[in-house]
Amino acid sequence: MKPSKSTGILGYGVYIPVYRIKGEEIARVWGRSKAAIPIQEKSVPGLDEDSITFAVEASKNAIQRAGINPEEIEAVYVGSESPPYAVKPTATVVAEALGISPRLIAIDMEFACRAGTTAMQSIMGLVASSMIKYGLAIGTDTAQGRPRDELEYTAAAGAAAFIIAPHSSENIAYIEGSYSYVTDTTDFWRRDGEVYPRHAYRFTGEPAYFHHIYEAAVGLMEELGLKSSDFDYAVFHQPNVKFPVRIAKRLGFPMEKIKDGLLSNIIGNTYAASSMIGLAAVLDVAKPGERILMVSFGSGAGSDAFSIVVQDAIEEKRRLAPLVRDYIEKRKYIDYAVYARYRSKIKTR
Amino acid sequence: MEKVFVLGGGVTKIGEHWSKSLRDLFVEAALKAAKNSNIELRDMEAVYVGNMSSGELQGQEHLGSLMATWLGIPGVAAVKVEAACASGGAVFHQAYLAVASGVYDCVLVGGVEKMTDAVVHDVTAALIMADDAEYTAFTGASFVGLNALVYRYYMEKYGVKQEDIALFSVHDHKYAANNPYAQYPFQVSLEKVLSSPLIADPIRLFECAPIGDGAAALILCSERFAKESGIKPEVEVAASALATDTISLVDRDDLTTLAATVKAAKKAYKKAGVEPRDIDVMEVHDAFTILGVIHLEDLGFAEKGKGWRLVKEGEIEKDSKIPTNLSGGLKARGHPVGATGVYQVYEIYQQLTGTAPNQVGKAEVGLAQSVGGVGGTVVVNILRRVR
Amino acid sequence: MGISAPSVPRVWRERIIKYRLLGSKCADCGKISYPPRKACPRCGSTNLVEISLPKRGKVLSYTVIRTPPRGYLKYSPYIIALIELENGARILAQLTDVDPDEVKSGMVVEAVFRRYREQGEDGIIEYGIKFRPPIT
Repeated sequence: MKPSKSTGILGYGVYIPVYRIKGEEIARVWGRSKAAIPIQEKSVPGLDEDSITFAVEASKNAIQRAGINPEEIEAVYVGSESPPYAVKPTATVVAEALGISPRLIAIDMEFACRAGTTAMQSIMGLVASSMIKYGLAIGTDTAQGRPRDELEYTAAAGAAAFIIAPHSSENIAYIEGSYSYVTDTTDFWRRDGEVYPRHAYRFTGEPAYFHHIYEAAVGLMEELGLKSSDFDYAVFHQPNVKFPVRIAKRLGFPMEKIKDGLLSNIIGNTYAASSMIGLAAVLDVAKPGERILMVSFGSGAGSDAFSIVVQDAIEEKRRLAPLVRDYIEKRKYIDYAVYARYRSKIKTR
Repeated sequence: MEKVFVLGGGVTKIGEHWSKSLRDLFVEAALKAAKNSNIELRDMEAVYVGNMSSGELQGQEHLGSLMATWLGIPGVAAVKVEAACASGGAVFHQAYLAVASGVYDCVLVGGVEKMTDAVVHDVTAALIMADDAEYTAFTGASFVGLNALVYRYYMEKYGVKQEDIALFSVHDHKYAANNPYAQYPFQVSLEKVLSSPLIADPIRLFECAPIGDGAAALILCSERFAKESGIKPEVEVAASALATDTISLVDRDDLTTLAATVKAAKKAYKKAGVEPRDIDVMEVHDAFTILGVIHLEDLGFAEKGKGWRLVKEGEIEKDSKIPTNLSGGLKARGHPVGATGVYQVYEIYQQLTGTAPNQVGKAEVGLAQSVGGVGGTVVVNILRRVR
Repeated sequence: MGISAPSVPRVWRERIIKYRLLGSKCADCGKISYPPRKACPRCGSTNLVEISLPKRGKVLSYTVIRTPPRGYLKYSPYIIALIELENGARILAQLTDVDPDEVKSGMVVEAVFRRYREQGEDGIIEYGIKFRPPIT
């Protein structure tokens, strides 16, 4: 699934909210064993935040790194499973807030945690066909986990945005190709009108997460004639810590190659932004010439795999916007009561 | 220009009038004013109603016709005047202009506000309409909050402590204790003021004018009317001046002065032919303690940053340099928004006629200052005893 | 009831000014205002040009709203600050992601796009610029 013309990443940006709740604080409320806490802590959106405000900040950072006039962006694709409006696009608010010209292809996309990378892939197609020059792909989510559910420990919040451009030395990275693998596998879902999603417990593992990521990664490597040892970094969708570590091992990546992009232990599962923030964290540290494998996973189910090669421009552009680490370090811990308030879990009427 | 006289006035007690409506309050004050002026409401050529929030809090506009109807004088010229919290001062200004112009010879001017039918969050929402709805109210700022911005800035700019500014509340309560129509007729200690709950930091509850219902009314007439009616008026309107400033703080170069007070006071002093030292008694619009302090400065009684000293050193007490807010002020007499400016003029009228609850020894000239918004409108009215 | 009657066109009309912080500069006296004006609030000149305002500034004064107007209860208590932007323009805005005891007059803040209010549970969401201590 390689476009006839090459594309690259001109700019990238992330957003992670300032609030954190520790896994042990959630476990305290529900009386769960500490040994059963999947991650250390997760990010929580503030009262005045939603996936739209997240997308605006991540995109602002991406544009800052890209160094282009927002009016030059001709497509905004937003992937999210937590839009504040069920009907009314996020993309239009983002575009208007950032001064992106109304001469624009704009759409919201939903495919659980995979929607952001599919947005990237779609933009790649538009750029490669020369239909547009620059496009903005966003993954943004403020995920809700049902109180007491397993997912409450990990359902987190974050956003990442990538500006895709025609291949050029201006780009911070070159996209060698992508590969998608999709089947009808219902491992996690949220019916219309429901606040919280449901999932099929252990069924979310082998037939869903592992199968799709494995097939997409292998498919990509086969098409590009690459093997895992050709990659310097690998980033996978990270619903917890265990899953990405296990799939990395299965695909032949040592811990060394996944640690820079593996953030779920300290920010949680940021859904559509998860693998994209991981990629951004790798771009924050990678050197020109290094190759990165990114594979997302969205329940329902599908995976997008990308092979990305870092270019020289990364060195000068990296510092033009906050790093992933800057957002991770700036944090405020809240207890479960405040968390419940911030996530609108307390009835006031 | 015709001379304008105050024949008399009437007010309701300020408070939570659960059993009285907007019109009940206005009618009560108007009837008292007519009675105290020995005049019939039928003699009125015009009725001016000062009010800020009847639309928002009562779902009622068109107060001119409404009150004329309920006063039993439909047919009279009648209109509502609104200038946020300065509605009372502004309505007096308009009534004054009407008589001074020679168009009307005898008018009723009143102010009324019925606030307690609404709950606090709705009153807060109504009051912030005194500022720019689109760019100030949009932020979630409350009216208390805007004054808190001024308060903090003032303290930091002049190095003044909150305990020195909060004294204004103690002062007001001291005099309200003796005022039969005050909303809170009791004394408070500085400790009590400073330990009351925060409303908008640093402003505490006991530094804020309360929410209350009330109405005040006055009868104004021309010299010709007085002569023809065989009345010898005791009090003359020496000046009535209104000035505006930018509606929002963001457009001001100096946050610690209300330029509209300075402008209106200058015009009023000039018209009345007086200087600050000629003022024997005054009522200032201290919706918050910090405003009381700032008004003392802007009206010309203290240098900038030093208004608090007048309070602390007893200079605004009954028998001192510039007796101020002997009614209890907005803090303790109360602040039924659109009525307050009329209460103030009534209180100065009482002082000049020797009938005030906290009567000063001898008063020839008195001043009332009414402020709308954070100084977006200021009215300075000066009355003089007819010699 | 609320701050102002819920209205969709009203929010739509203001969106660009509020999302991107547009202002105006007086060509005669130099005063920079937010939002953009047709006449200078300082000198009355009508010789004004629309400009984009800087996204950083410092806190001139601030308060904590503990008794909010209807429509803002969900967010209370919240901080309101008078901010002087880097070019001297002044703006009133909420501070966010910061506790009241962390705020000081003079502190540097940066613009951030956030929710301000909602027109009820099923109405539109109104967004605008708030400020926070800079991320970097």
